[in-house]
This record gives sequence, structure tokens and C-alpha cells, in this order.
Amino acid sequence: MNSTPSAGAPAATPHDVGIAAFAIRDLTVRYGNTVALDHVSADLPERRVTALIGPSGCGKSTFLRCLNRMNDHIRGVRITGSVRLYGEDIYGPEVSPILLRRRVGMVFQKSNPFPKTIFENVAFGPRMHGVSDPVRLREIVEHSLHQAALWDEVADRLDTSALALSGGQQQRLCIARALAVEPEVLLMDEPASALDPIATAKIEELIHELKERYTVVIVTHNMQQAARVSDYTAYFFLGRLIEFDATDRLFTTPSRQETEDYITGRFG
Amino acid sequence: MKSFAHLTREHAAWLARRRRRDAVFVVAAALATSIGLLVLAALVIDVIHDGAGRLSWAFLTSFPSRRPAQAGILSALVGSCWLLVLTALIAFPIGVATAVYLEEYDTTETWFRRLIEVNIANLAGVPSIIYGLLGLGIFVRVLEPITGGRSVLAGALTMALLVMPIVIIAAREALKAVPDGLRQAGYALGATRWQVVSRIVLPSAVSGILTGTILALARAVGETAPLVTMGALTYVAFLPELSLEGLRAPFTVLPIQIFNWISRPQPEFHQNAAAGTIVLLALLLAMNALAIVLRLRLQRQRES
Repeated sequence: MNSTPSAGAPAATPHDVGIAAFAIRDLTVRYGNTVALDHVSADLPERRVTALIGPSGCGKSTFLRCLNRMNDHIRGVRITGSVRLYGEDIYGPEVSPILLRRRVGMVFQKSNPFPKTIFENVAFGPRMHGVSDPVRLREIVEHSLHQAALWDEVADRLDTSALALSGGQQQRLCIARALAVEPEVLLMDEPASALDPIATAKIEELIHELKERYTVVIVTHNMQQAARVSDYTAYFFLGRLIEFDATDRLFTTPSRQETEDYITGRFG
Repeated sequence: MKSFAHLTREHAAWLARRRRRDAVFVVAAALATSIGLLVLAALVIDVIHDGAGRLSWAFLTSFPSRRPAQAGILSALVGSCWLLVLTALIAFPIGVATAVYLEEYDTTETWFRRLIEVNIANLAGVPSIIYGLLGLGIFVRVLEPITGGRSVLAGALTMALLVMPIVIIAAREALKAVPDGLRQAGYALGATRWQVVSRIVLPSAVSGILTGTILALARAVGETAPLVTMGALTYVAFLPELSLEGLRAPFTVLPIQIFNWISRPQPEFHQNAAAGTIVLLALLLAMNALAIVLRLRLQRQRES
């Protein structure tokens, strides 16, 4: 199968990115005959929040899932191009997805705590990676729950089921669980879309704090949210990266017509 | 605007017809349900009426005898329990492993997977006597040096084959019911496939798997045809040793003992058969109850 030539203009990467955590070049993803991502290139800045926006089916979730190779699990997927994390090709032969996911954590749209206790949920990742000392585990769990701004609410009931928590608490638990393996990057796939406004505000506040230590990439359907939480925003449409710029610039003076149409609500 | 009273008058005939149809259907559904219950009740009452008089501790702890009044079901009861435990030990790990392979590992449409699936579906529909012939051919004859011929081990292997498709199907359903988000969360934390299966998927599916397995075993306890075919004895006046050698001893089970008694001319033996049936029914009900209790308890554990 011939690869389709790059459609549209090459993606603009903002020039003031600083250190890039991820450097993506010509990333193309096909599911069978459908092209989900079409020659996407971008540099995702370190310790910043990058928001991915665009209408449903534009490829933003596919893009996100390429960054921790979650797409590997999908049948019939073909991925070409390169994704480098601090210079190392994460699709290279010597990189195992298991180790990659220690460095790149993920939070899903629908909170998905394990049917275990709160403690065991957070301890799951470290246990998988060989931490068995109870004192150390306890430290990790406490630290992660603090980072996810959940400690004060659950400190006295770590041994109760995670499923008894509210939706917003469950989602913060999932964030704590992802942080417990000490990743460098946190991918978030519409983490607040199933939450009420108060819980959403807590998650957004949390994202603000997290970017001091982590590179955050967040998919969102909500443009106000993108404007509120992110430093950079990438606009995807039909599998192509249309525009990528500092959030305030992209929302005030977009350089491309398609972007302007989308953010002003003319379609999508 | 029309009042309700007005509407009711206007549609009186039509409403009455609809209510009648409703009532007819309720009665039909209730009748259909009660047919099953009535037949079961008739069977149970009849069996209890015939056999309850013979039920006693001595009946449970005596070996069969030519004198009906001294005959008991000890060897059949022990044989059934042996068979049950052995069948579970063989069918459970193989069945669950197959289900895990099909649901968690080989998720692409390979020819191998399709071959297994077609085979399982076919095996589930094979009449049990065919399994008996298979058991006779392979486990009793070919593998005689291992199984010791018409032994409890050969019987358990045959029964394991018989219940395996049911265990596999039940386990697959239980695995399918585990939300995919849990697997994704596991993978996203850098867990390997085996870690995801063993620490997330199987614990979530265990109650469904156990329930299905117990129900499958309940079926095995009641099976007679395959064991008759492969030649389980009808008169066993000893208990198998609790040892590897005991696995190779001849055996009998409750349904065969009942079949044997019912085919004799003396009415006293028919009483024995009825009493044996009560024991068998009690065993089956106990297993089904265990399945329900297990499921409820595991569900509660997961929710609290």
C-alpha cells in the first residue's frame, strides 16, 4: 500500500516550545483502509499542558494513544512515522510498551478504578513493577494521593472499596494510580467529560498543579476547558493537525481559517 | 379539554378488550410456569413418598446387598463424590485456561481460534453416550496402564470432557463481562498481559466462572449414560483407597446404583431406588445452592 502524500500544510509547531518531551514526525495511523492520522508532526513541550481539540473522529484520541502505544492493542492498526520521547523512538525495537508506560501514564474518559480497595488501586502499578516493601508502598500511595488532591478525603478509609467513591473522586483516584508509577508524562483522554462542574473544576485545578512536575497532554471536547487549563493547543481535523500554537494565540488569533471556524463554533 | 371520566366512557369497550387480553396473557404465562413446577413437585413428592421410609443413616453407610433391607448407597455416594472432585480438578483448570486463551490472548480471528470455537460449540451438543464411547476407547482401553481400566480416574476423565465445553462457555461469558476499561487501565500502568489477566480480569470474573463450573459439575453428577458405556460397575462392596492407587479402583455412582435397583423385580429394591434418588436430588440442590451463595457473596465483596 502506498502511503498517502502529506495532505495540507506541514503542522506548525510553536517556535517557543522550549524543551520538547515528545517529538512526533509524520505520524500516520491506519485502521484497515481508514486513515485516522495523516502525517502529523509536532513537538510537545515539557512540563506544560498541551490540549488536543477537534470534532469527534478527528484523530485526537488516536494521537494521544500513540504516545503510550495503547493503539498496539487494536486489531488491524498500522502506525508509521516516528514518535520520540526525549530523543528515543518509542516504537523502536528495543523499547517495550511496558517500560514506556512507566514513563507515560494515562487517565481515561470513564473512570475505571479496579474493584479493589483504594490502597490497592494506587499500589497496583508499583506492585506490577516490583515494589513489594509495605512501608515503601504506603509512602507511594500516600504521596500519590496527595498529588491527586484526594488524600484528605480518603486518608481514613484506604481499605474500603474504590467503587464506593463518587465519580469525581474515582477519577482523581485514577490520576493518583497513574502517578504512582512515577511517570514523566500524563496523558488524559477527556478526563472530566463525565463529571459535574464542581468535580470538573477540581480536576482542572489539579492539572494546573501537575504541570509543575509532569508533561500533560489532554484531549478535551470542551474548548473553554482547553483555554482554561492548557499552555498549548493543537487543533485536529479529519486526521490532520491543522494548527498547533500557544493556547492564547490559537484562541485569539488563529492563523488558519479552519481553526477559527471551529473555535468560534461555526461547525463541530 | 376532556376529563378522564369522559375519556373512560368514550373508550369503555376498547379498554375492556385490552384488559381482557392482558388478563389472558397473565393466566397463560402463569400456567406455563406452573407446568414446570408441578411436574417437579409431582416427581419429588412421589420419590419422597416411595423412598423416605428407607432413608436412614444405615442406608447412607451400607454397601449394596442382595437383601434389599440391608442394601445401602455408601459406595455409590463416595464414588459420586470422588468423581465430582476429580472431574472438577481436571475440567476447571483446562476449561478456564482455554477460556482465558480465547478471550484474553488470541483475540485475532486466526484459523486456530476458529477451529477451537467450532469444536467447543460442537462438543457442547454431542450426546453424552458418545463421550462414554470415547472414554471406553481412550481412557479405559488405550490408557489402561495409566488409568487402570474401568476406574474412577477413567470415569472422571470422561466426565471432564463432557463438562469442559460448559465450563469453557461459562468462563468465557464471565471474562467477557469484565469491563474493558479495567484491562486498559492495567495496560496503561505498564502491566504485562499475564499481570492484567491474573490480577484484574480473573479476580473480577471468578464468581461467574465458579458458578458456571458448579452448574456444569451438577450435570456431571446426574449423568449415567457415559459411565454405563465405559463400564462402571453396578455392584461395589468396597471404598477406593485415598491414594493414587485408589484412583485406579473400580467405582460406581449414584445414578448407576439407582438404575441398577430400579431394574430389579423386587418392589423393595424400588424403594431403595427412590431413597437413592432423594439423596441424589439433595446433592444436586446443595450444589446449586452453593453456586448461588458463592455468587452472592463474591458480588457483595466486590460492591462493599
